[in-house]
Amino acid sequence: MIASSFEYFAPTSVDEALALLSEHGDDAKILAGGHSLIPAMKLRLAEPAVLIDIQRVEGLKGVSESDGTLVIGALTTHHELESSNLVNQKVPILAQTAGEIGDVQVRNKGTIGGSLSHADPAADWPATILALDADLKIVGSGGERVIKATDFFEELYTTALEADEILTEVHVAVPAENTTGSYLKLHQVASGFALTGVAVVLTKSGDICENIAVGITGVSDVPYRASEVESALAGRALTADNIAAAAEKAADGVDILEDIHASEAYRSNLAKVYTRRAIEGAAS
Amino acid sequence: MATMAGPSRLIGAPIKRREDPRLVQGLSHYVDDIKLVNTLHCTFLRSDYAHADIKSIDTEAAENLSGVVKVITGSDIAGKVGSIPCAAEIEGLKVPDHPALAVGRVRFVGEPIAAVVATDPYVARDALDLIEVEYDELPAVVDLDAAIESDSTVIYDEFDDNIAFTMPLDAGDVDAAFAEADHVVSQRFVNQRLIPNSIEPRGVLAEYLPGEGTLTVWSSTQVPHHLKTILSLLLDLPEQLVRVIAPEVGGGFGSKLNVYPEEAVVAYLATQLRKPVKWIEKRSEGFTTTIHGRDQVDYVDMAVKNDGTITALRAKLLANMGAYHQLLTPIIPVLTYLMMPGAYKIPNIKLELIGVFTNKMATDAYRGAGRPEATHIIERMVDLAAQKLGMDAKEIRFKNFPQPDEFPLEMATGVTYDSGNYQMSFNKALDTVDYASLRARQAELRGQGRYMGIGIATYAEICGMGPSVGVAGGGWESSTVRIERTGKVTVLTGVSPHGQGQETSFAQIVADEYGISIDDIVIIHGDTGRQPQGIGTFGSRATAVGGAALIIATQQVKEKMAQIAAHMLEANADDLVFEDGNIFVQGSPDSAVTFADVAATAHVAVNLPPEVEPGLEATHFFEPSNFTYPFGAHISIVEVDPETGEIDLQRYVAVDDCGNIINPLLVDGQVHGGIAQGLGQAMYEGAVYDENGQLLTGSFMDYAIPKATQVPRFETEHTTTPSPVNPLGVKGVGEAGTIASSPCLVNAVVDALSPFGITDIDMPMTPNRVWQAIQDAQ
Amino acid sequence: MNKSRKQINTTINGEDYTHEVEPRLLLVHYLREVAGLTGTHVGCETSLCGACTAIVDGQAVKTCTMLAVQADGAEITTIEGLAQDGELHPIQEGFWERHGLQCGFCTPGMIVAAHQLLERNPNPSEDEIRHGLEGNFCRCTGYQHIVDAVQYAAEKMQG
Ligand SMILES: Cc1cc2nc3c(=O)[nH]c(=O)nc-3n(C[C@H](O)[C@H](O)[C@H](O)COP(=O)(O)OP(=O)(O)OC[C@H]3O[C@@H](n4cnc5c(N)ncnc54)[C@H](O)[C@@H]3O)c2cc1C
Ligand code: FES
Ligand code: FES
Repeated sequence: MIASSFEYFAPTSVDEALALLSEHGDDAKILAGGHSLIPAMKLRLAEPAVLIDIQRVEGLKGVSESDGTLVIGALTTHHELESSNLVNQKVPILAQTAGEIGDVQVRNKGTIGGSLSHADPAADWPATILALDADLKIVGSGGERVIKATDFFEELYTTALEADEILTEVHVAVPAENTTGSYLKLHQVASGFALTGVAVVLTKSGDICENIAVGITGVSDVPYRASEVESALAGRALTADNIAAAAEKAADGVDILEDIHASEAYRSNLAKVYTRRAIEGAAS
Repeated sequence: MATMAGPSRLIGAPIKRREDPRLVQGLSHYVDDIKLVNTLHCTFLRSDYAHADIKSIDTEAAENLSGVVKVITGSDIAGKVGSIPCAAEIEGLKVPDHPALAVGRVRFVGEPIAAVVATDPYVARDALDLIEVEYDELPAVVDLDAAIESDSTVIYDEFDDNIAFTMPLDAGDVDAAFAEADHVVSQRFVNQRLIPNSIEPRGVLAEYLPGEGTLTVWSSTQVPHHLKTILSLLLDLPEQLVRVIAPEVGGGFGSKLNVYPEEAVVAYLATQLRKPVKWIEKRSEGFTTTIHGRDQVDYVDMAVKNDGTITALRAKLLANMGAYHQLLTPIIPVLTYLMMPGAYKIPNIKLELIGVFTNKMATDAYRGAGRPEATHIIERMVDLAAQKLGMDAKEIRFKNFPQPDEFPLEMATGVTYDSGNYQMSFNKALDTVDYASLRARQAELRGQGRYMGIGIATYAEICGMGPSVGVAGGGWESSTVRIERTGKVTVLTGVSPHGQGQETSFAQIVADEYGISIDDIVIIHGDTGRQPQGIGTFGSRATAVGGAALIIATQQVKEKMAQIAAHMLEANADDLVFEDGNIFVQGSPDSAVTFADVAATAHVAVNLPPEVEPGLEATHFFEPSNFTYPFGAHISIVEVDPETGEIDLQRYVAVDDCGNIINPLLVDGQVHGGIAQGLGQAMYEGAVYDENGQLLTGSFMDYAIPKATQVPRFETEHTTTPSPVNPLGVKGVGEAGTIASSPCLVNAVVDALSPFGITDIDMPMTPNRVWQAIQDAQ
Repeated sequence: MNKSRKQINTTINGEDYTHEVEPRLLLVHYLREVAGLTGTHVGCETSLCGACTAIVDGQAVKTCTMLAVQADGAEITTIEGLAQDGELHPIQEGFWERHGLQCGFCTPGMIVAAHQLLERNPNPSEDEIRHGLEGNFCRCTGYQHIVDAVQYAAEKMQG
């Protein structure tokens, strides 16, 4: 319940934050919404000597649209994404995903940037961000770079972010009219995290699946794109049989987690059933 | 009764609670809200191992940390703080020494090893990280079945095995009944370990005044009076100088019906350091070191006739005690044993109850305490028998209920059920859900490949604890009623409500009896300094026993008031009516004396009738003649998703008979909360230890208590069969919901899955477990 | 250690507070131990129970999962700040009227969460109420009377 002592800084610009990061190196941690970091610090699972609170940094909050792309500031909260009109109109699966995270209070504080950076294997955002093929803007002392979501998640709680880098924006291309999405989640009953979460983004022409992207979280150490499912369905008719056959491949080739809440066999089954239902949801 | 009460206005009415205004504004005081100057903060270092020898403890670095006042270990208090007691008296019971801080060996994860006291809780926490303990790990005993095998590690050197006690019963002729049975149904049940998790954690604040020699302890407890007596014994202090206050208490559910090491250590530290010392439990400590509930493995056989008559029950009950006995640990499964037949007349019963030590936290009373286990067994067995006979779950129940005119009914287990009409409550539940059409709907859905299930539990339970012969530490209750000079009424009660609402319901009783406004009555509880004698709140006893003590004391004072009023009115006391704050001769309300005037007269004491002493006060100790036996019928409707094992709980109907009802709002609240906890056991909750005795479900991240989205709207109804064992005719309702709901839900899910050939499923019925059961059946 | 202490200014229930605090001090401990407002409770260590909920800059948050230093400059409303001029807030009244509490320990957090819920959705369905209170555990009531209490308040607040 009581964290170890640390020094606290509240920079107001990205540059200032980066300078602090370079100065304190591995001793420092970024604090965004604090809803993964502070719980870990209270249990002394994390004991950073320096905390760099970026909440007061200008320009990292909110959602805007520019050139057919939604630009989401890293500090945008889950609640803001859940309730934003722009998001609900342009990329409703983002709002739907946000609404599945934790509870009201968690959504009021937790940020999309914090969630992606934290890379909890049972977090919700990764599934949807993968399925939307988002780009992530990262700044560091060496400058700025943009990487694909598919290149971002590396291992359990590990991303492509370097210790001296900050995730600043998430870029999501606004999908075409005939594109629909669906995020479906089975909550771990205690924590509320995803036992399995499946995000499907589907582009139809008539009954044919023109394009499909499936992001899955909660099933493996690292969230993943179910490419076997995608290739089994892309270009084919969206019949119940085709969807079911494709969904059967949802856990192909992945190392599946097992814990007291779900066995490997059960998680694998969930991945398949939830993938099928999410595709059906997006297709209908 | 000499005098008449006015028309009953409040008993039976849904009066809103008088305790609420302070609570909804955050103005009440739980232990941690009480701030005394110079308070020191205590925190405990706890064992990381389930079973280990302590080689060494190095506290030096912690003691040197600025702000740390004291660090103590088990050897520092040996001989100064007595062994944490167990009140159970069971023949042959092994009672190991239970030091407040471990000495030499630890026997469960979380066992306290050292206490740190600092000026600031943050510093106390930092100090914990500076204490070095060296352990020699020993094999942990975690599995109940394996613990009693001859090759098991034995937890106590002084004992031959891990068996804490055995208790046999052989009533009737069980062997003959089984020999003559048309069918025998057998099943092994696991009644999983639960973690109570009241939302307010435990907490203790102790202050010792060396001049006066008084120790005052504020504790989040259900039993302040027991705590007072036991602390005085543990610390060798005169009992009269120890005062225990249970301030606002944020739930207990049995977990605070205990005396814990922390209470003893904090009180001890206060006497030594001569400053107030406070300890507030962290939730993680609550998970590992506040008592757990349930944890039985039961092997059961039932003999039935073709017509559904149950002729015999035979069972071996293994009950997990954990590593040490807490206050009532061994007694809890005895309640399972006594209630094995549930709501059915079963003449022949043979039982063997075995209490077993393991390297886990102690079990003890958790809401329902022994009866949910019994109800689970019998309600599941009845369904299994029906399934085997091809009989409807409804029919077999009616077949085996006793008739209403058979009460009081002596059961084969030796208890006597006070009153009952099981047909009435069951019929009401069946009507409410329209049982016949439900079964038709189920058949229709099955045709469509959908798995709907209807679960029934018709229960009888034992509560209103109870006659003193059946309750360790005493089963009576005490109440004092005092009418002040101004005519205001002070009630002191020995029960210790922590959410049950007796500040309201007890005032309703008194207001009706005296014909005065409820606002003129104050109910004082939870303070041994104000009400010196009492037992506490547990076992659904507060109204049945404490309310009974109260009404009798109330009437005793009323008799005296009537004498004084009669003297003032020059009337006959037998003719007086108490109504609307006045006392008058029946039929002559115009020449009345006020209640307040009579109170004043009693205290001014110049115009008293001869032989009547001044003052208006009475204390009554009520000893009930028996337990009470509430009963009822719960029905639930579920649909199971066979692809994922998810359970959709669509409807839950509860018909409970808790005797007379003082306040239906409070009764409904108790039923709702009780059902939710039973539902928690059925669907979500379960303590999981690994093979090394580490608790894997040590936080709310892994142990799910039901959330608002995880329970449905409950439909509650009642029948009323008064209890003959107390003057209010009440039975108690604190635990009924918990006792009935878990088997009701398991029966529903098993019913839903019966097309797969599934006949039983363990709790909690997680989606994974349900899905796996379907896989295994296919 | 003193060098790392931070001064923070907050407004709590309309009153201004200024203190120097250790950065690791949790907001809930600041409210309870420094500001002396003990109506906000602590029921867990894992940010799940919601007993510590207060409103910080218009948002219901779990104050056990926020540092006091993060609240520098914030406007905070705790359970103690809801009743006005001795009149209970309609949500408080609803909890009283509908028996939405038993032991009362979860109640302050529950009421504050309900406050946020009704602000965002003045006329919620039962389902929406249950979802809006997902971050608040109650071990006593089974939630039904809490739902009733929020419905009572919603009606009352809509006039
Ligand atoms: C009770 C509870 C329930 C929850 N339930 C869910 C759930 O169901 N689903 C779900 O997905 N999540 C859930 N979460 C997690 C929640 O979504 C967190 O808000 C989120 O994971 C982290 O975001 P944050 O802004 O709070 O990050 P913080 O906790 O502040 O930071 C998390 C980590 O990311 C780093 N970091 C943060 N921002 C950046 C950045 N911009 N650049 C670089 N590094 C950064 C930090 O240094 C830290 O290591 C839950 C949390 C709680 C407390
Ligand atoms: S104390 Fe804050 S969520 Fe439990
Ligand atoms: S009223 Fe006790 S926890 Fe909610």
